[in-house]
Amino acid sequence: MIKGKFIDNLPKVYGIYTGGFIGFIILMAVAEQAGMSAKAIGIAFVVFTVAIYAVIGWLSRTLQMDAYYVAGRQVPTVFNGMATAADWMSGASFVAMAGGIYFKGYGYMALLVGWTGGYILVSTLLAPYLRKFGCYTVPDFVGTRYGGNAARLSAVLVLTVASFTYVTAQINATGTIASVALDIPFKLAVYVGLASILLCSMLGGMRAVTWTQVAQYIVLIIAYLLPVFWISNKMGAGFFPHLMLGDEVARIAELESQFGFVKNSAADLATVPKGLAGITKAHSSVNGTNWGFISLAICMMAGTASLPHVMMRYFTTPSVKSARRSVAWSLLFIFILYSTAPMLATLSKLSLIDPNLTTGIIGKSITDVQALDWYQNWNQANLMFVSDFNGNGTLELNEFFMGGKAVVLATPEIAGLPYVISGLVAAGGMAAAMSTADGLVLAIANALSHDLYYKIIDPKAEAAKRLIVARVLLVLIGFAGATIAAMGIQGILGSVIWAFDFAMSGLFFPLVLGVWWKRANGPGAVAGMLLGLGSGMAYLIWVRNGGSGFWGITQLTFGIVGALVSLVSMVAVSLATAAPDAKTQAMIDELRIPSGKTILGKQH
Amino acid sequence: MKMSKQEQHWDKTRGLLFVTLAIWFVFSIGIFFFGTEMEASSFKPFGYPLSYYMTCQGSLLAFVILNFWFAGRQEKIDEEFGFTEREDE
Repeated sequence: MIKGKFIDNLPKVYGIYTGGFIGFIILMAVAEQAGMSAKAIGIAFVVFTVAIYAVIGWLSRTLQMDAYYVAGRQVPTVFNGMATAADWMSGASFVAMAGGIYFKGYGYMALLVGWTGGYILVSTLLAPYLRKFGCYTVPDFVGTRYGGNAARLSAVLVLTVASFTYVTAQINATGTIASVALDIPFKLAVYVGLASILLCSMLGGMRAVTWTQVAQYIVLIIAYLLPVFWISNKMGAGFFPHLMLGDEVARIAELESQFGFVKNSAADLATVPKGLAGITKAHSSVNGTNWGFISLAICMMAGTASLPHVMMRYFTTPSVKSARRSVAWSLLFIFILYSTAPMLATLSKLSLIDPNLTTGIIGKSITDVQALDWYQNWNQANLMFVSDFNGNGTLELNEFFMGGKAVVLATPEIAGLPYVISGLVAAGGMAAAMSTADGLVLAIANALSHDLYYKIIDPKAEAAKRLIVARVLLVLIGFAGATIAAMGIQGILGSVIWAFDFAMSGLFFPLVLGVWWKRANGPGAVAGMLLGLGSGMAYLIWVRNGGSGFWGITQLTFGIVGALVSLVSMVAVSLATAAPDAKTQAMIDELRIPSGKTILGKQH
Repeated sequence: MKMSKQEQHWDKTRGLLFVTLAIWFVFSIGIFFFGTEMEASSFKPFGYPLSYYMTCQGSLLAFVILNFWFAGRQEKIDEEFGFTEREDE
């Protein structure tokens, strides 16, 4: 059926795969009609998709250095775009973002602007140049451009702090979904999630992660779009929700002014289970300061350009030109999901709060709501809660609480869609969280194995030994991440935003100035990375412990402080010390043109 | 003083960077200084308040188009100075 090289047959291979997946969805829908239980469908979806990823991971196993680190640099533009989109869209994007928008409305949508606008910085400032450089990892670039182990080590440090913060959130997300879909305790589900993640990446490194990420993108995008289109049509809101929900958005604003945002007393709120929230902010109206919105967008944009697991995806393309094009494709694939999230939040909110709709629960009697099947399911899962604070027997807007994840996971059920859709959504969420976790774990393990072990500790190590070290580190980091995730310290979205701020604090200016400012030198970069990360972290700790902060910078936007300190210290120290030598200057000139050989050799 | 081919190439590349970043700035930061003004605007794309539309679709779409446009322009610059990669490399 398939002849010739795998790379030449990609459209065919993934075409068949997509068809097969759709066939599987139909099969499950038929099975549901035939009486298959909801629980069995959930398990079938998660097990089936994870098994496919594991097979891809096994088929992509490799013993070659450049295949393990950069997928042999032969991933075609569009497919790399898909893989990046999956790498990028995490459990936070899939499971938590629509929830964030549902609760916080306009102010939270700064995340959408930030997480897409950042790709302009990636493609103009960094990706093509780092591709030309020919490095395996981001610290590889920093170490070679600035020279010396201090710079390399600092980059490894920033990378590890940012990516590790991020990866615990992703393992947490896989655990949440696995525990709901497979009906096992969260603490166990976290390790089931970890095992699935390692299956994809351990044998084949970047090559395996690339081809599983493409497969995961296909699953997650179908799982995200299908229910939104279905609900929109079912509610009669519009056949193409993105362009047709104007009336629904206006209706929410009307209901908001009718109900008002009643503040609950602290004593009442204390009875609400931890992690659940009510609607307290306007949906579409500007509901915060302009600076609050803009500062969050800035942090997410600069963080995007500094996160190593995204940057290293562009090391895998065949050329500089295709790296640049690939960024544009990535953004298009991301846009498809991100422009859908607010629509999902709108539909979900309206179907719950509009008393004119059959699904609406606000204004109904509390006992009726408590008798609803879906309410009981999600209440048991600790994701939904109602309480009659004012004792009038009727559910008010301020008496209904939901977990952020429930917006994506529970909406299909609330809207009365068949359970097969809920199973599909679970598989999609799993795909999103796994693909990002894979990219992150690999980014950390590669930095530690290539930059710390091979470049600094044992430069004489042979290829086979280096690849064994890389895999051992992969497993260790995965376990460390899972152990911390099992403790459940910070919510998914919160940890993800922190990761962006950490990356921005330490890496944004050292990376950008490395390409765009010839005068930047080693001591400057080291100062920029360490002082940037240190000051960002100090600000976070200060604000977390009751500090007042300044300039309206919160614990979600501390990257602005870190990055400013990083910029100032990097420029000051660079100018106070000697300019980079002629060899480095020539290297930067070479870096700036696409043609010619990469700066680092194919094997290094 | 006449600039070398490489310097001219970098000059143009930098020019394109500034143009791209200026457009990026408008859509990512600039317009959001006017959140309330946009909301009050009578221009409502697809019936959404302008502020809401820009943050859930408008700016995002602008970034997608800008990224493809930028890639095309940069390829032209590389071609002009003969810095395009050879296919067989």
